[in-house]
Formats: sequence, structure tokens, C-alpha cells
Amino acid sequence: MSAVRETAGARAVPELELVGVEKIFETKRATTHALTAIDLTIEREEFIAIIGQSGCGKTTLLRILAGLVKPSEGAVRAEGRSLWDGAVLDTETVNKLGIVFQDPNLFPWYSVEDNIALPLKLRGVDRKARRARAHELCELVGLKGFERAYPRELSGGMRQRTAIARALSYRPAVLLLDEPFGALDAMTRERMNLELQSIAAATRATVVLVTHSINEAVFLADRIVLLSPRPGRVRSITRVPFPRPRELDLETQPEFQDIVRELRHQLDEDA
Amino acid sequence: MERERFMKLLPWISTPLLLIVTVVVWKLSTTAFDVSPFVLPPPEAVAQTLLEFLRQPDTWLVHARITLVETVVGFGFALVTGVVVGAVLGRIFWLELAVRPLVVALQVIPKVALIPLFVIWFGFGLTSKIIIAAILAFFPIMLNVLLGVRSVEPGHREVMRSLNANRWQTFSSLDFHSTLPYVFAGMEVGIVFALIGAIVGEYLGGNEGLGYMVVVSLNALDAPRLFAVIILLAGLGWLLFFAVNGIKRFMIPWHESVIETGIS
Repeated sequence: MSAVRETAGARAVPELELVGVEKIFETKRATTHALTAIDLTIEREEFIAIIGQSGCGKTTLLRILAGLVKPSEGAVRAEGRSLWDGAVLDTETVNKLGIVFQDPNLFPWYSVEDNIALPLKLRGVDRKARRARAHELCELVGLKGFERAYPRELSGGMRQRTAIARALSYRPAVLLLDEPFGALDAMTRERMNLELQSIAAATRATVVLVTHSINEAVFLADRIVLLSPRPGRVRSITRVPFPRPRELDLETQPEFQDIVRELRHQLDEDA
Repeated sequence: MERERFMKLLPWISTPLLLIVTVVVWKLSTTAFDVSPFVLPPPEAVAQTLLEFLRQPDTWLVHARITLVETVVGFGFALVTGVVVGAVLGRIFWLELAVRPLVVALQVIPKVALIPLFVIWFGFGLTSKIIIAAILAFFPIMLNVLLGVRSVEPGHREVMRSLNANRWQTFSSLDFHSTLPYVFAGMEVGIVFALIGAIVGEYLGGNEGLGYMVVVSLNALDAPRLFAVIILLAGLGWLLFFAVNGIKRFMIPWHESVIETGIS
């Protein structure tokens, strides 16, 4: 009986939690109210997409989740632990998060495997284990055979795969992605979406994806958070009912398009 | 593919050809225009002197070694101080701001004008030439390093920050590698400048070094010998530059300046 309650209790702690988050950027010339009254709870292994017009604060929201930006007000919690203790970042909690930026930001002086293994190197993992993990990840993200290549020898899609593999190297519980495929062409992007889906399934990571593509959001996410701009606030949260994994032709189905239409309608109203 | 291979071979074909053309034009101008051999000695006279040099290396090897030592030691000092000063000024913004006018003022001084001063202060020996070589090589190295430490990509910094890297880790995995290409860019300019400094120093004082040989040949109005010494100096400069370039290729094989030129 108590064991059951304990499991239930453990489940009740959400993976990520934002409570009353406000963010105000102050510069000499302007004060920007970027985010206001953000309450968001993300469950374990959930796939969340954050959409909204450019400038609505979705990237800021992700950076707050990643601990790169400190919220002006409110709390950020990962597995119930606060990310910030005053002005000090709880590094142990942040170490459970993996982030992929819009730009792959690979180090040109490192090979693909060294780039992927960089977080492990910083954590003091020995060389042999690092290489083994890098090779394993190359296989997962479809970079087998490119382990020794330099980033400049890769295509845009392959670079972003490397960046994803780097974020996965230390097995983060949460993967935070900031428009990772924004710079890729439509076809590569579709393929990367399918791969992201299978990577999420294989690693059982909780995923938060910032995107400006409604289709991408509906295709990948369990829930879609739509932000209204200036200041950014949660306008709606849409649950996407289709079971995962999903196939590309889902996008042609009327139920899929209904959700896309409704979200587009909401975005247009904000404009 | 064919084109690419041709492009790779091209410099190996064009360089000897251009050399031959130069020598032919040289020879023609000595015969066709009746130029005085004191002004432009015929190439064979210069070749003759170079051959003599080869047969009796003790006439010039001592001098070449002197010039080499002055250049390399001066360059070494410039490298160490240039990297340290450049890195410090690059990282400490207020300090750079404070000394910037002074740096610019020093930089625009035609530094060879200071050579007589150094000869007075440090004598006719090696010391004055080493100092001159170091001063000439210092500025390109220091300025490149300063630029380099400030040119680390913000996105790369953010990656290190998101991974909770400490200061030492950020330096060894990011700043060091990111700045190296700038260090080498400064070194490639600096080594040539150091050689210039050493030679001009030898022109003005002392009785050793290839620069001294230039002056002696000039005073004797021995044009073929003058040309031959200049060619030796060119060889020395070439040697030094490619030594630096070789280290660069070894140290930063990933960098654009090292990638073999292909057609994209």
C-alpha cells in the first residue's frame, strides 16, 4: 500500500515546473517585459512544443528552463528542486538538462566525436568511455562513419545532429531545443523531425521544443504551449491526441489539420 | 576531380616557370639595354658568386647564423611578451582602454628610426639587434592576440556555460583553440618583421651578420656579391616563414587558413 503511494508520490513530482515566472530585461535605453505570469508543468517523458510569433519570448522561456537566464520573479523547478538559490545556479540540477541551440555551435577544432564527448570531458569521464559513448551516439543520430570528421566537412543537418548528440551525451533527463532545425531546408527538416521523435523515444527524455512551425509542433508534441506576445504569456495549451510514434502522412489527416487551423487562428488573432 | 587535381598542381608548375621568366628577362635587360654591371650584374655573375658561397661556406655561414640567432631570439621574446600582453589587454577591458593611446602612438613610430638609439644604448653586438627584431615582431603578434581573445564566438561561450564549465575548462577547450589561429597570423607577420629588424640593425652597426655582408659588398661596389647575399637573405626569410607556417599546419589543421584550396 505504502509502496504504491510512494510510486504515485514520485510520479506526482513534475519533471519541470515554472511558477509565476516573470522576466523583465532592463537596458539603458529600454525596459522589455519579456514574460509574465508563466505557469507551466511538464511531466516526465512528455514532449512539449512552445510556439508563438517571433519576439513573444519563447526563446527566453527556454533559456529560463535551461538556467541560462534567471527569471525576475517566480520559481523554476526541475524534479521539485529549485534551479536558483538566490543568485546561485544549482549546477547539479542544471547538469540533468541538455540544450540544443538554434546554431549548432560546434567547436571547429574538435572532430565530431570530440564535440559530442565534450560534456563528458568536462565531467571528467575517461577517454575510452567518452569515445565509446560518442560512437554509440553517432549511431543513434545517423552520423556513423563521420566520427573523425571536422564540423566544416559536415552538412547543416549533420552539424545539428552532432549538436543533438552532444546534448544527449550525458543522458540528460530533459532535452531543451531552441528552433534546432530553423536553418535547415524543408526536406531535411522533415527527416530531422522523424529522427528527433525516435531519439526522444529511444532516450525516454522529456523534450521541450521551441519552434515557429505549427506543423512541426503538432506533429511532434504531446502538448503545445502557445505564447502571446508582449509580454509573453501562456495563451493556450493544446493537447495533441495522436499516439507516438507518428508517421509523416498523419499531417494529411483532417484531425491533424483541424489542430493546425485552430492554432493558426489563435496566432493570427494575436497579430 | 580533374580540375581539382590540376589546381593542386598549378603552383608547382607556375612557380618554376615564373622564376625562369624572371631570369630570362633579367638576362635580356643586361644584354639588350646595355645596363652597367655595377647596376644590374648579369645572372650568371650572381650564380658564380653563389657557387663560390657553396664551395666556401665559411665565408658566410657565420654571418647567416648570427642573423638567424638575432631573428629567432628576438622573435621568441616578441612571441612570449606579445601573447601575454595581448591576452591581458584583450581580457581586461579598462586596462586596454587606458593604454590604447600609448599603444597606437608606439605603433605608428617608424621603429627602424629607433635603431641608432638602441645601438648607442646596447652596443654594436647581438643585443641591440635582438631588441630591434623583438620590437618589430611584437606589435603584429600582440595586436592579433588581442583581437583573438576578443573574437571567441558568444554561441561557443554559451555552450560552455550551459555545460557548467569552470574557468580552466573554458580556457583549455574554448579560448585557447579559438585564439590560436590569431596567434599564428601574428607569428607569420612577426617572423618576417623580426628578420627585417635584425638586418637593418646590422646595416647600421657592428661587423657581423648577413646585413653587414650587404654593407661590405655595397662599399666594395661588388654588385654580384650584393645580389648573392640578398638571395641568401631571401632564403633565410623563406626558411623562417615556412618553419612558422609548418608549425601552424601541425597545430591548427582544422582552420580555414590551413585547408588546402579546393574549388567549391
